[in-house]
Amino acid sequence: MSLLSVENLRVSFTTYGRRTEVLRGVSLSIPEGAQRALVGESGSGKSVTMKAIMGLLPMPPARIEGGRILFEGRDLLTLPERDRIALRGTAMSMVFQDPMSSLNPVWTVGDQLRTILKYADRRLGRDRSSRGRQARVLEVLAQVRMREPERVAASFPIMLSGGMRQRVLIAMALLSQPRLLIADEPGTALDVITQAQILKLLQDLVTEQKLALLMITHNLGVVRQTASYTYLMNQGRIVEEGETQSLFEAPREQYTRDLIAAVPRLTGGAR
Amino acid sequence: MTPALEISGLTKIFPVRSAFGRLIGEVRAVDDVSLQVAPGTVYGLAGESGSGKSTIARMIMGLTAPDLGDIRLNGQSILGGADRSAVQMVWQNPGASLNPRRTVGQSIRVALDAHGKDRARIPDLLEMVQLPTAFADRYPHELSGGQKQRVAIARALAVEPRLLVLDEPTSALDVSVQARVIELLQDLGRRLGLTYLFISHDLSLMRNFAGTVGVLYRGRIVETGPTARVFENPRHDYTRLLLASVPVISAEEEAMRPQVLLINGELPTAEDLLALRDKQRSQA
Repeated sequence: MSLLSVENLRVSFTTYGRRTEVLRGVSLSIPEGAQRALVGESGSGKSVTMKAIMGLLPMPPARIEGGRILFEGRDLLTLPERDRIALRGTAMSMVFQDPMSSLNPVWTVGDQLRTILKYADRRLGRDRSSRGRQARVLEVLAQVRMREPERVAASFPIMLSGGMRQRVLIAMALLSQPRLLIADEPGTALDVITQAQILKLLQDLVTEQKLALLMITHNLGVVRQTASYTYLMNQGRIVEEGETQSLFEAPREQYTRDLIAAVPRLTGGAR
Repeated sequence: MTPALEISGLTKIFPVRSAFGRLIGEVRAVDDVSLQVAPGTVYGLAGESGSGKSTIARMIMGLTAPDLGDIRLNGQSILGGADRSAVQMVWQNPGASLNPRRTVGQSIRVALDAHGKDRARIPDLLEMVQLPTAFADRYPHELSGGQKQRVAIARALAVEPRLLVLDEPTSALDVSVQARVIELLQDLGRRLGLTYLFISHDLSLMRNFAGTVGVLYRGRIVETGPTARVFENPRHDYTRLLLASVPVISAEEEAMRPQVLLINGELPTAEDLLALRDKQRSQA
């Protein structure tokens, strides 16, 4: 059985009295421990899909028109809000794109991680001492390969480099041992060398901790590096899906072919 | 042949001040940079954030004064208040570089008026960037990102420059839109005999657009040469690390990326790599 499966999801937005369908029947599934990518250009609907899964769509203007989102067999769309909140940030967690806007500038990294852990524990009915929380925070900071976890925990976000902040966000997502990690364009705001490190870290972590990963991105290179199976979106629909390798080498749809042809190659020549 | 652009010994030093305004050091944002761009060619300046590439662009445009060095356009020094209309710039974010309260036509007209050019050229300029002439009456918010960047290109071309400085002109655009804007730039370059200084962090794009490339790291050009040579046979460790980090989409590209040694199972940072190299040198 799939850990997460989205079935024929339809979402519309109503602005100024006009209803626009932005997801027109999206289906995808992620087995336990698998790495999947959801890729598309801006406006394709990939972020709306992600927000619908996480329950972060503003309703209104958004409206779920139909479909199901099953997580471990339970339909998130019919789940009472309490149960849904309990899942979010615990069983499924999210790594956001822009570290600076996801971190509180006036709290130390340690304060933020400990607070998040405290609420996650409370939701799951777990009991952990404040010393236990500090230990867990240092543990996850070490898991994201911070060389000096204590120093990072005592730092304010502004004292860290962009790459380190992105690592803090990943640590944050790992705090309560999720089974599904949703990553929204991680590292896009960073330099290519730092981005490569973050992508390698994510790959290592999903293998070590047997996490399922949904990578949301517009960058086909990132897709190839992090996901074995890819869903390509355009205009609210999945236009093509398949093993990443064969999708890139032998695309079936014209849209996919055009998109891949538009990507500049490091080898030059093409196009 | 006289280079269209010649930069020699260009240096810019910014003071670093403490929170109380006391001078506590300096940063050499651009450190003794020299380069030559032949007329009608594309020179790519590759570098990460903080490498100094935008500071170089600003100095060419006269927006920042260099501390040392010279910038020559077609053999003439442009420092000290000379006419710079032969060089124009296309910025990264067309949403920010176009005035939201002016129509496309008005934006282009400002450039034409400033240099005493004929206003009647507006439709021709729009046609040149493959936009309908009716777009002259539209506002930036009515246009897509690619269309806005075309307007920015038309505005830069309004004063008939010989050199265009392109600072990440497509990094805010979707890849399919990027491909069309790059095609347009290539086409314009050929038709008008333009010279481009193309600034980008996107190495795959650089490989396809620039004939010559200079790799900037911390204000210095660490490696320069024909793009094909630098990409296929990078000599500097930093260039190798940069190329090894590019996310690619095919096995052929993967095969050409240099292999980089992992340090404790992790990819090295540029600092790690250069520290390691210095250590090996001092031991040798």
